[in-house]
Amino acid sequence: MKELLILGAGTAGTIMANKLRGCLPAAEWRIRVVDEAADHFYQPGFLFLPFGLYTDRDVVRPRSRFLPRGVEFVQAAVDRIEPDRRRVRLADGLELPYDVLLIATGTRPVPGQVEGMTNGDWRRRVHEFYTFEGARALQASLRDWRGGRLVVHVSEMPIKCPVAPLEFAFLADWWLTTQGLRDKTELVYVTPLSGAFTKPIASQVLSGLLDRKRIRVVTDFAVARVDNERHALVSWDERDVPYDLLVTVPPNLGADMIERSGLGDEMNYVPTERHTLRARGHENIFVIGDAADVPTSKAGSVAHFEAEVLTENVLAHICGEPLSERFDGHANCFIESGFGKGFLLDFNYQLEPVPGRFPFPRLGPLALLGESRLNHWGKLAFKWIYWHVLLRGWPIPFVDHRMSLAGKQIPAGALKAEMAG
Amino acid sequence: MAQKNIAGHTVDVDAEGYLTRPEQWNRAIAEALAQELNLQLTDAHWKVIEFLQSDYRERGTVPGMRRLNKVGGFATKDLYALFPDGPIKKAALIAGLPKPASCV
Repeated sequence: MKELLILGAGTAGTIMANKLRGCLPAAEWRIRVVDEAADHFYQPGFLFLPFGLYTDRDVVRPRSRFLPRGVEFVQAAVDRIEPDRRRVRLADGLELPYDVLLIATGTRPVPGQVEGMTNGDWRRRVHEFYTFEGARALQASLRDWRGGRLVVHVSEMPIKCPVAPLEFAFLADWWLTTQGLRDKTELVYVTPLSGAFTKPIASQVLSGLLDRKRIRVVTDFAVARVDNERHALVSWDERDVPYDLLVTVPPNLGADMIERSGLGDEMNYVPTERHTLRARGHENIFVIGDAADVPTSKAGSVAHFEAEVLTENVLAHICGEPLSERFDGHANCFIESGFGKGFLLDFNYQLEPVPGRFPFPRLGPLALLGESRLNHWGKLAFKWIYWHVLLRGWPIPFVDHRMSLAGKQIPAGALKAEMAG
Repeated sequence: MAQKNIAGHTVDVDAEGYLTRPEQWNRAIAEALAQELNLQLTDAHWKVIEFLQSDYRERGTVPGMRRLNKVGGFATKDLYALFPDGPIKKAALIAGLPKPASCV
């Protein structure tokens, strides 16, 4: 019996288990998935929890329900991977051998990386919304909000779902308006970047939107510490941003286990061949989702597109064939912009988000890099698609893992040459 | 593509003054670029510049703060003391490297 081992039962790991169980004969291949936690979270929903738009039931389900028959779920913490012995050692000492290993252990917020972030104000005046507990604690604080300075903050890049903090700011503007609190609230967006977003064309559009919504932007802010006495963010160049309520995105790091295994870079992400998704220097290890160091967004849509490529490449590897399927860095992200509207971004390694229509040229119906009500409905519909289609490993109609240039308005010079490696 | 005369050399630069052809860089140019930023280069500055250059040669991108901390062994506080305001941007400019792209 051969062993295919998947570490992590989040979006990427769950999709891979579903896809590969359908392809690998059960008599020859055992598939096991290891994860510490029993619950699967619909993470895009964490954005809506603080505003009471979603309840707990929208965002949490048992992991085991999304794994197919014939896949064993091992609920355990991983101590380390031992690539030379082709084994994974669990925290309880048990060892799992593998013929092929998929690393899908993701990324997570680590607030302890910023001095003072987890001191007295933590979960009272200082919040994050990238965890279930965090989003719920923030909901409680917002319920008591009567006005003041609300600061939305990104500690450093890269982070999971890089548009989420902007969406939070837009939704806060909308929610405060509906509560009659907008005029009593100063909204500030603090970023380590030189603009609103990482990609220039989208950054320009989104900066305009922040401006229109009267959200003040503080750029190039490299946070040194959170001062809990004065309730202020302090940067390395000694600038202060005071807050009454701080909604921060803490530094994101890959799993500690990656570091213990000696497989990570300085942020515990695994160096990964960006087109084949094989771990650099490790024939039998593949990486998918946020755990990889590939230069595209850390996002569920990326994991979904990567899964189509990785399934082909794992099967080719097992048959001793060259890894011919190529991942192009495709990401597809809805951005909630408040008041029932949204944006859609579609981009890859070569092309940053540009205006256009999606998925069909001219017809759309969704607008790229433009605000529309339909984009908002698309985002809401995505929850159903996630639980019922995406996690099962089924394709989403008309949306290919290779990004299409059709329907996009591409400014001169925006399309970059193809990357090596 | 703009050109710039500095320390007796003509170099190609982008709109923000970053050298676009690393092979045109030399130590005299670095000293002059530093002076334009009101910096006098010391051994401590050079250690950072040399780390950026060797890491860039190895990986093809300007390292971020975490890599400077963990792999280079430089503390963030010290980097801000050496290159006030934007240590990586300033050090990359002096080192003749592209402006650090803050990723994805």
